[in-house]
Amino acid sequence: MKVELFVSCLVDQMWPQVGMATVALLERAGCTVRFDPRQTCCGQPAYNTGYRDEARSVATCFLDTYARSDAEAIVVPSGSCAAMIHHLPELFAADPDRQRLARELAGRTHELATFLTSVRPLDAIDARFEGRVTWHDACHGLRDLGVKDAPRALLAKVAGLELVELASCESCCGFGGTFSVKVPDVSLAMADHKIDEMLANELDAIVSGDVSCLMQLEGRLRRRGSTVRVMHLAEVLTTGGVA
Amino acid sequence: MIEHLTSERFEQNVDRALADETLRGALRHATGLFSERRTTALQEVSDWEALRDRARAIKDEVLRDLDTHVDRFEERARAAGAIVHRARDGAEARRIVLDLVRAADADMLVKSKSMTSEEIGLNDALEAQGIEPIETDLGEWIVQLAGELPSHIIVPAIHKTKRQIAELFRDKVGAQGDESPEELTAIARRILRRKFAEARVGITGVNFAIAETGTILILENEGNIRFTNTLPPVHIALMGIEKVLPRMADLATFLRLLPRSGTGQHLTSYQSLLTGPGGRDGGEGPREMHIVILDNGRSELLREEITRQSLACIRCGACLNACPVYQQIGGHAYGSVYPGPIGAILTPQLAGLERTRKLPYASSLCGACRDVCPLKIDIPALLLHLRAKVVTGEDVPGAHGTASVIRSGRFLERRAFRAWAFLMRGPTRYALASFGARLVARLGSGAGVFARILGRMPVLRSWTKGRTLHRPGGKSFRAQYRARGGPRT
Repeated sequence: MKVELFVSCLVDQMWPQVGMATVALLERAGCTVRFDPRQTCCGQPAYNTGYRDEARSVATCFLDTYARSDAEAIVVPSGSCAAMIHHLPELFAADPDRQRLARELAGRTHELATFLTSVRPLDAIDARFEGRVTWHDACHGLRDLGVKDAPRALLAKVAGLELVELASCESCCGFGGTFSVKVPDVSLAMADHKIDEMLANELDAIVSGDVSCLMQLEGRLRRRGSTVRVMHLAEVLTTGGVA
Repeated sequence: MIEHLTSERFEQNVDRALADETLRGALRHATGLFSERRTTALQEVSDWEALRDRARAIKDEVLRDLDTHVDRFEERARAAGAIVHRARDGAEARRIVLDLVRAADADMLVKSKSMTSEEIGLNDALEAQGIEPIETDLGEWIVQLAGELPSHIIVPAIHKTKRQIAELFRDKVGAQGDESPEELTAIARRILRRKFAEARVGITGVNFAIAETGTILILENEGNIRFTNTLPPVHIALMGIEKVLPRMADLATFLRLLPRSGTGQHLTSYQSLLTGPGGRDGGEGPREMHIVILDNGRSELLREEITRQSLACIRCGACLNACPVYQQIGGHAYGSVYPGPIGAILTPQLAGLERTRKLPYASSLCGACRDVCPLKIDIPALLLHLRAKVVTGEDVPGAHGTASVIRSGRFLERRAFRAWAFLMRGPTRYALASFGARLVARLGSGAGVFARILGRMPVLRSWTKGRTLHRPGGKSFRAQYRARGGPRT
């Protein structure tokens, strides 16, 4: 199965190991992975701040990158980017041709955990992670795309991993894109609400499907003096197994 | 226009709220309690989603042709003996109410909780004319004694602790200052009961107005609304145009949703279904019933499909309880009688974006509000819609008396996003931007002098005041991928 990897600008630049782990997982699932170097960003930061023209111009680049792709799927290791791509048809409402292309591409775009459980199920997760781990339900993945059971099902296959469910798992981490710098004190208070419960539960790692959330949680945890590991799903699923 | 608006001070309001540990404790406790009760109440309903869909379908039906439904309601209400008044805006509504109160020769009146009356600043207008309005909803009476605005649309005094209320009663009504909630309630009951009997006018809000029969429905737990709309000889009911539902049978859907969403109750303790004045033909109740139907910018929201859903709100307050931002800062921080998620979309649309332009950004777009809204109002979509308006500088259609172009002072931000978009549009420019971003992240996450300098720059300093900067490891993904030689099967 041919898949395009839309790795997301944040993973590409700040968490490259997540991209490499995603490639490894997709190949283990029997996919031929193509990474088109013309890709840049889904446009979300501009769109969410109200800059629709700017978002549209960047999203056009996304459309152009995949316009002639014959891959069956575009896989994204980010719930928020996958959700943004699903909203692209609205952004191109004034351009019927581009809107049609956006709709077609959105139909082929899948968030990583969903892809590995519903589209191309990966049963042979050969990974070992000894420790207590909690899953943070990133908002866009959870509420826009229904990513809830899929990552938990995948983590259940990791040897040695004890999944600890927290009451605040669905609570927003406080990142919210530019919200984190426009209303920073509230953003921190929201992170602390989750982190207080995390720190009270003796965890070895906090895991999520969105590096934006990881950046927020890790940033706050380290400032609060915690050394708990903060990892992306793809990293955990490729830990300690056969590479 | 919304009275008592302080939304332009959002940032200062937030600072004050976050520094108030008592407030934060009270919010944590109350929002947690209501959310828990809501969850429990929902477990008893097997067709919650179907109820939400049906309610939304009914609202969509009404809002597609609201004028017709409001006209029908007015016609039926008149036929039942009510006197119906239309108020284009808050000023007109205040004038109508004042005239009615003077005609009743009243120098005081009793009032039940009505967010609409807060919206138009009715109490201030009455007091300015020497008329004393007495709030009879316990939470509203508490905030009235404290000289504050309500901070939640269902539980106006949610921001106050038991101790604060006891001390307030000590200072204002001569209590000891250490009473239990039951004792405080008994004090309030004793004081307010006399007022119900003395008052010549009672003012209430309206939860739903039924076009089919000209009936208004008002819900409550305390019994003060029954007193307010029964004892005084003149009853004035104040409602927004969006309160109208087509049929009595529609209440079966809405009454299953509203109490459960707001407080986790199956149903409120009392429901008043009033069709015309009860005392008209010598029966029990007021001899005069007046219904004031307020527009105040609402009809402008009907123009676009995306904004129309703002009027689907049934004021349950579930979104406030679910909102992680509201949970931290409470209602007063929003600077409007309509706070929280619904307030962040309604306040700008009724008051104009000029003064409220921070409110659409008072959200991380998490969507918890949309999940709990019984009418499935897509609040995040509306927040994004309003953010786009702030950026283009085009105010909302109904912004009476405000500038049609918002001065948003976003010169630098605009330039930054334009530059960002330019850099994101092609792989070579992207590579340049990436190099810069990684360099900044590397330098900023270190411990040296560069980190300190960068830590003082705008945007970055907002990040680093409470968080460390992530240090990117190794080469970028695309460099690593290129190095390994491309795809493998």
